[in-house]
Amino acid sequence: MTPGSGPAISETTAALCLMFIFLAPFAGAGLALINTGLGRARSAAHLMMSSLCAVSIAAVVYFVWGFTWQGFEGGPAHILNVGGKAWNWIGAQPLFLRHLALNGSPASLAALLGMMSVGLAALIPLGSGADRWRLRATCASTALLAGVTYPIFAHWAWGGGWLAQLGENYGLGRGFVDAGGSGTIQAVGGLTALSIAWILGPRRGKYTMEGIPTAIPGHNSSFVVLGCMLAMVGWWGLNSAGAILFTGAGAGEAVAVAINTTLCAAASALMAAVITGVRFGKPDVSLTANGWVGGLAASSAACVFVRPPEAAAIGMLAGALVTLSVEWFELRMSVDDPGGAISAHAMGGLWGVLAVGVIARVPAVGTNAMGEPPGQLLAQIIGMATLIGFVLPLTYGLNWLLNRFRPQRVAAEGERQGMDLHELGAGAYPEFMTHGDDFSQR
Amino acid sequence: MKFLGFLLLLAGWGIVLTALALLAASAPRAAFVLAGIGVEILGLVLVIRAHPAPRGEHE
Repeated sequence: MTPGSGPAISETTAALCLMFIFLAPFAGAGLALINTGLGRARSAAHLMMSSLCAVSIAAVVYFVWGFTWQGFEGGPAHILNVGGKAWNWIGAQPLFLRHLALNGSPASLAALLGMMSVGLAALIPLGSGADRWRLRATCASTALLAGVTYPIFAHWAWGGGWLAQLGENYGLGRGFVDAGGSGTIQAVGGLTALSIAWILGPRRGKYTMEGIPTAIPGHNSSFVVLGCMLAMVGWWGLNSAGAILFTGAGAGEAVAVAINTTLCAAASALMAAVITGVRFGKPDVSLTANGWVGGLAASSAACVFVRPPEAAAIGMLAGALVTLSVEWFELRMSVDDPGGAISAHAMGGLWGVLAVGVIARVPAVGTNAMGEPPGQLLAQIIGMATLIGFVLPLTYGLNWLLNRFRPQRVAAEGERQGMDLHELGAGAYPEFMTHGDDFSQR
Repeated sequence: MKFLGFLLLLAGWGIVLTALALLAASAPRAAFVLAGIGVEILGLVLVIRAHPAPRGEHE
């Protein structure tokens, strides 16, 4: 175990960083609105309730246990000596944030940002499990995400773990770089969303007897677009705070971060609108919104290391990737993802991680000179390999075990009745109780 | 098949870690990391195939 106090930042920078973290909950509010708008009307209250419960459970579990494993750079950690190199595997902070001075130090800011980030990651699977994921199962799954999956990867990427050490240990550029959480928040949440979609199976009526998917449109596209706008504000905060805490950026660089974040999301949404416009004759609101969120997810990792045109290029590719992968998941993989969470967050996040190695110019560790590009690319590829080869089996395994003890999917009757009435006893729109698709044969 | 797929995902990640720990030269290290990614892709294909297309899900 190694003691430490984390990198130093000035008081002004710490105060600005705190303000940026205060913006982060807007991202959660945005995602909750997007997930609800893309789901059915008869499950709207349930989804909003699940969002609130997921954020609450994530905050409590992270406070009790999660930060213990995540830790912070230079903080206490368990280290293995592998081939003469020190591999930092897992944080060793005391439980309940004990011995952590909550005074604006970088470590305390990292704990606060972690609490916001884990809540955001917990909201992502709600999009893929909409209309059929029981509330209790959502809470239990969130506890596993906040207590196990998220802290482990967050330590490796943000807490001075072995991924972050790839630069100093093996000369791979600056080591794994993920300023705002493309991998740590978005891909971890998105891969959990994929696991949940696999475990729950598709909604009743989504696939015909012949296995052809039917369209189940979202019930409120206004929610979806409002959610996109709110999410952008949250992402400004997340990316700026992450850039300051995890890449050593100055507070003034937040301007570039915000411009890059906006451009990435805008280019991604426009690309999605153009692709759907060309393919279907008219632009599609839900896919354009997914493109916007995918652009935000992709923007996070490289937000402080790219120029605005490069951010726009990352966004354009994210928009194409998200739009095409939504169709691929639904048609080819038979994955029913009502909120498009897997494409927007997992695919967008993984692309964002890779983009650091392909497009960004990252200074090598300990210098201001540019690192050797292949080294940085290899560090990012190793990060992606860890997300797919470790995080996906881990999160699937944990949720599979949970499902063995108590089924995560609601009973058929509950799905037909609607999650609102079945699990909460009241709907989101009591004055409008006419649902054409409630009991009809598709 | 699903179990085998997830096993291959973990094995691919293990190859990546092993390449980092054992290989000093950058070219072979990069080659083995890419080989590990290849094994992970194989695992992903198996996992995807293990989740068959749902049919007859009429409401």
